[in-house]
Amino acid sequence: MTPQVRYADVEVGTELPAQTFPIERADLVMYAGASGDFNVIHWNERVATSVGLPDVIAHGMFTMAQAGRVITDWVGDPGAVLEYGVRFTRPVVVPDDGRGALLAVSGVVTAKGDDNVVVVELTARSGEAKVLAKSRARVRLG
Amino acid sequence: MPLDPSFIGKVYPPTEPYEVGREKIREFAEAIGDTNPAYRDRSVAQALGHPDVVAPPTFPIVLSSRAAAQVVLDPQLGLDYTRVVHGEQHFRYSRPVRAGDVLTVTVIVDDIRSAAGNDIITTRGEISTVSGEHVVTALSTLVARAPAPVGA
Repeated sequence: MTPQVRYADVEVGTELPAQTFPIERADLVMYAGASGDFNVIHWNERVATSVGLPDVIAHGMFTMAQAGRVITDWVGDPGAVLEYGVRFTRPVVVPDDGRGALLAVSGVVTAKGDDNVVVVELTARSGEAKVLAKSRARVRLG
Repeated sequence: MPLDPSFIGKVYPPTEPYEVGREKIREFAEAIGDTNPAYRDRSVAQALGHPDVVAPPTFPIVLSSRAAAQVVLDPQLGLDYTRVVHGEQHFRYSRPVRAGDVLTVTVIVDDIRSAAGNDIITTRGEISTVSGEHVVTALSTLVARAPAPVGA
């Protein structure tokens, strides 16, 4: 089981362990199947480029799910997440070049509230692009 | 043409009940590469105080996006789906979704606005058990990008 972080051990400014997630086309195909989101721009380069995208892009919800792992890996219990929201600012472009994309996610505690609730803000980048904004969760710690 | 703001507040009928299965949760967790045992091992989930395995925080999108299709594809609203991108997503949980839940989604149009020629619509999916217990609220903002100028 992943370690449980405790409210008393956390301060505003406490950083969550950062993670980098590799994303390949096969991941997007798996996510399409599991989520039911079969939008063609997430697996077909011909269609993606025809609508003005640089290449196939990851599902926004896939990116949000990856970023959320930084929080749930930190708290251990996924049920500790009370609220989680993001704005999708830039797409994660996933080329079919044997390497794919990298999503780098970091997080920091920005507020401590009542009832052991803390606010965590995430930063998510792929290459130079900041792919999420307003990426924030409220989490109840032990 | 901008979307009709009179759709704000429109409530769509609740969706057919969706039964959350353990294997569906496992499949979703694997698709996002998440190895947290609370998604797979009932005894781990129970040790955390849950009656059964729980679903990852973004799992409710499986239900809420299907439910929101009623709005997106509503011919009376006339959203151009080919131009739609996901702008924002927000979840507010009363508790995590878990295996064995039988859930239904009621979708409400929370907001419609226009910015820089883009149509922006926010839908709210209220996800509850069939016995009426609120589980999670899913807010989705979709942006229908303005059509490119002719010749662009």
